[in-house]
Amino acid sequence: MQTNFTAEQLRDPETSAANQVLRTCVHCGLCTATCPTFLLLGDELDSPRGRIYLIKDMLEAQRPATEDVVRHIDRCLSCLACMTTCPSGVNYMHLVDHARTYIERTYRRPWHERALRAGLGTVLPRPWLFRLTLLGARLIRPMTGLLPRGGMLGERVRAMLELTPTRLPHSNSANTQQVYRAQGARRARIALLTGCAQQVLAPEINQATIRLLTRLGVEVVVAPGAGCCGALTHHMGQHDAAMTSARANIAAWSDQLKEEGLDAVVVNASGCGTMVKDYGFMFRTEPEPWRSNAEQISALACDVSELLSRLNYEPTRAPPGLTVAYHSACSLQHGQRITAEPKALLQRAGFTVVEPAEPHICCGSAGTYNILQPALASRLRKRKLDNLRATTPDLVAAGNIGCITQLSGGGLPVVHTVELLDWMAGGPVPEAMA
Amino acid sequence: MPRPAGEIILTNMINQPEPKAEILARRDTIVAAFRGMLPPEAVIAEPIRLRPYETDGLSAYRQPPLAVVLPETTEQVAAVMRYCHAEGIRVVPRGAGTSLSGGALPMADAVVVGLMKMNRILDIDYADRCATVQAGVTNIGITDAVQGRGFFYAPDPSSQLACMIGGNVNMNSGGAHCLKYGVTANNLLGLKIVTAEGDVLNIGGRHLDAAGYDWLGLLTGSEGQLAVITEVTVRILRSPEGARAMLAAFRSNEIAGACVDSIISSGIIPVALEFMDRPAIHACEDFAHAGYPLDAEAMLIIEVEGSSEEQDALLARIRAICEQHDPISMKVSQSAEESLAIWKGRKGAFGAIGRISPDYLCMDGVIPTSRLPEVLRRIGEMGDVYGLKVANIFHAGDGNLHPLIMFDANDPESFRKAEQFGADILKLCVEMGGCLTGEHGVGVEKRDLMPVQFKAEELEQQRRIKTAFDPDWLLNPNKVFPLAASSERSARTH
Repeated sequence: MQTNFTAEQLRDPETSAANQVLRTCVHCGLCTATCPTFLLLGDELDSPRGRIYLIKDMLEAQRPATEDVVRHIDRCLSCLACMTTCPSGVNYMHLVDHARTYIERTYRRPWHERALRAGLGTVLPRPWLFRLTLLGARLIRPMTGLLPRGGMLGERVRAMLELTPTRLPHSNSANTQQVYRAQGARRARIALLTGCAQQVLAPEINQATIRLLTRLGVEVVVAPGAGCCGALTHHMGQHDAAMTSARANIAAWSDQLKEEGLDAVVVNASGCGTMVKDYGFMFRTEPEPWRSNAEQISALACDVSELLSRLNYEPTRAPPGLTVAYHSACSLQHGQRITAEPKALLQRAGFTVVEPAEPHICCGSAGTYNILQPALASRLRKRKLDNLRATTPDLVAAGNIGCITQLSGGGLPVVHTVELLDWMAGGPVPEAMA
Repeated sequence: MPRPAGEIILTNMINQPEPKAEILARRDTIVAAFRGMLPPEAVIAEPIRLRPYETDGLSAYRQPPLAVVLPETTEQVAAVMRYCHAEGIRVVPRGAGTSLSGGALPMADAVVVGLMKMNRILDIDYADRCATVQAGVTNIGITDAVQGRGFFYAPDPSSQLACMIGGNVNMNSGGAHCLKYGVTANNLLGLKIVTAEGDVLNIGGRHLDAAGYDWLGLLTGSEGQLAVITEVTVRILRSPEGARAMLAAFRSNEIAGACVDSIISSGIIPVALEFMDRPAIHACEDFAHAGYPLDAEAMLIIEVEGSSEEQDALLARIRAICEQHDPISMKVSQSAEESLAIWKGRKGAFGAIGRISPDYLCMDGVIPTSRLPEVLRRIGEMGDVYGLKVANIFHAGDGNLHPLIMFDANDPESFRKAEQFGADILKLCVEMGGCLTGEHGVGVEKRDLMPVQFKAEELEQQRRIKTAFDPDWLLNPNKVFPLAASSERSARTH
């Protein structure tokens, strides 16, 4: 597709990268077909191709972002279904990430939106603060009914309160820095990203991961200094905060790599996995050693299902006679193109695996999307739950905490894939099924 | 504050009819009227938000419209059309915006009527094997809705994932499997249309032929110039027992072309017979990882269907024919996944060219299959003369060529040459006894070549038909006919 940047504009590495993405797009429109917001809204402006065009126009004109552009970019889930569909190989992720940063720099949102975004960017990446906030939210949750209906502000607060778990697990030692020794001969040494929101909402996921991996002969390191991957702030365009988080992780894991070596950086929340795998790109213009270190960490990053496939996971319990509907998290299927491994592992563990209709369509979680865009998110949630229920499963498995939170409470137990694999290899029954 | 009219006319790379000054001047009143008859999110009028609607699948041509409306019901479409008719406002209907001939290219003084919100399946009748859907349902959406019961909708344009059935009817779209099942026209039973005056009419029904004139035939392929289609009834067919694709690789385009001719003239009708040349094979393999032969100059995808005995018998005969053309390799798909990957590469072919070139023009000519080798050779020679690369991907079985001319839109000279090269290819098709368009429609892309195909009297007769449906020439008037001719018509009515 034709672009109109001046040589001067193209000297900026961000603009130059955006130009390359835009030049790859041939405007064929196939991406519109698998975009959840285009399915719901039927407007080119709420499709990937429309957003690409809006972004192109805004960047070419070097115009500060305006409400009529921001509205449509904000509605993008960053589910990246468009990238799986795109025959031309357009890196929509890098383009929309850049646009979100550009918007944060050039557009002043209404006060309540600024406050909400700043709040989310501060609270979610800090487990202790998030925990404290959830405890507070539980106190006011009974008053949800008093919130005004219809307004965006009220709907967002309502969405947040509805996402608050009714029961908050105790904080857990698996998430603090330490080394978990391999059982038997050591086959590999890996760093585990223990994440931020996940360890507060569902600490059992990290516990199951550590139990399962150590049992398979893997030494698991929870590196001191590593924390939130930066995706939550990154997707809100808070570039500096995201870089700070990423930098801390790169430093922590690079230290481990230098000292005792690492065979992989394992991520069990696929939203974070997509992010860590992109550190190399994020740091491409940073000075050394950051650039090389980031690249190295991205190359080492893998989803827990990728590692388990490599390790030849085998169950020890008899098949449970349960049917699992596998929900493909967008960050796993589109962001990392991992589709076969989790299903194959669940089958090997003895489950009957079924897939819902429209497996490529997002459940509406999408990081903070279900808080920032509650109306669209709840329509996608309903659509996904209907498709999942139609497969009449005993439970649902997913590889991302965002999806698990979004789909829980819909009448079906929703657990992390790794909890089921751990259970069948000798671990406890997943809590959501107990 | 009213915007100066000049501000919204941003690009005009293709000649357009002169915008009506009185319409541009009344823009705000017109937009307000639309807001009165449609839901708030269904009217787009801000210059920034109009930009993404300035083009379709042929992005070399661009023109932001006066406004975009996105009705959700036939009644809303009718209200918009009544108003536009009363006010003399031009209308450009739009489906998914995947047209490769610029069929949905707006005009500065036109309102784009987008049918994308009308995406509901209305009725499926398995007993009588037909489905009624709104115009904004995607082509694949129809098959998706019925395949659970063992049915499918046959025409399958490469953009079938995204393109919408209303647009398919307007362009009489084809696809890889039309060799056996026919194009849209052969699979259409009924339409609900809104006329230029805003009347709602039902055409055809659930049966194969209808009383009176063949209106369906007239409306199919009418490129949004006769009416706005809001509902479509199509035939759905029983899925075949099975299908298998085979890949045959050859040493040159001409040899592969000769092989196509041999297969067709032997009397075999494969369900699909597709041709890809070297650049296409490489770009598509990169996208689909289908195991395409990277050492070949040209490749055929040949698909047969039926019971496994039928498939075996047909494949054996086809293999024997291929053997006579010195093939480099032949491979039959061994699994459903492999067939899926083979088709994923072919269906994503146009977009996949984006991997090797920033822009392309996709041609759409038809030739008698016996002339394939000669035409392929001539296209290659022309490419050398113009200094432009060309990838050949097409429905070889029915002689429908899609040469993709690669160029760089950031270089105006390269674009100009690509346009000329494209025109030369289409003229060659006509010279060979073929035609200008197979399935993409004339649109704006080929309108100025129409006199190559038709005599003045033949074109005039077609214009009379348009005038009968749309006396004021308000519906998509900048397409199909050479600009001078359609401008003259528009002028005559005012």
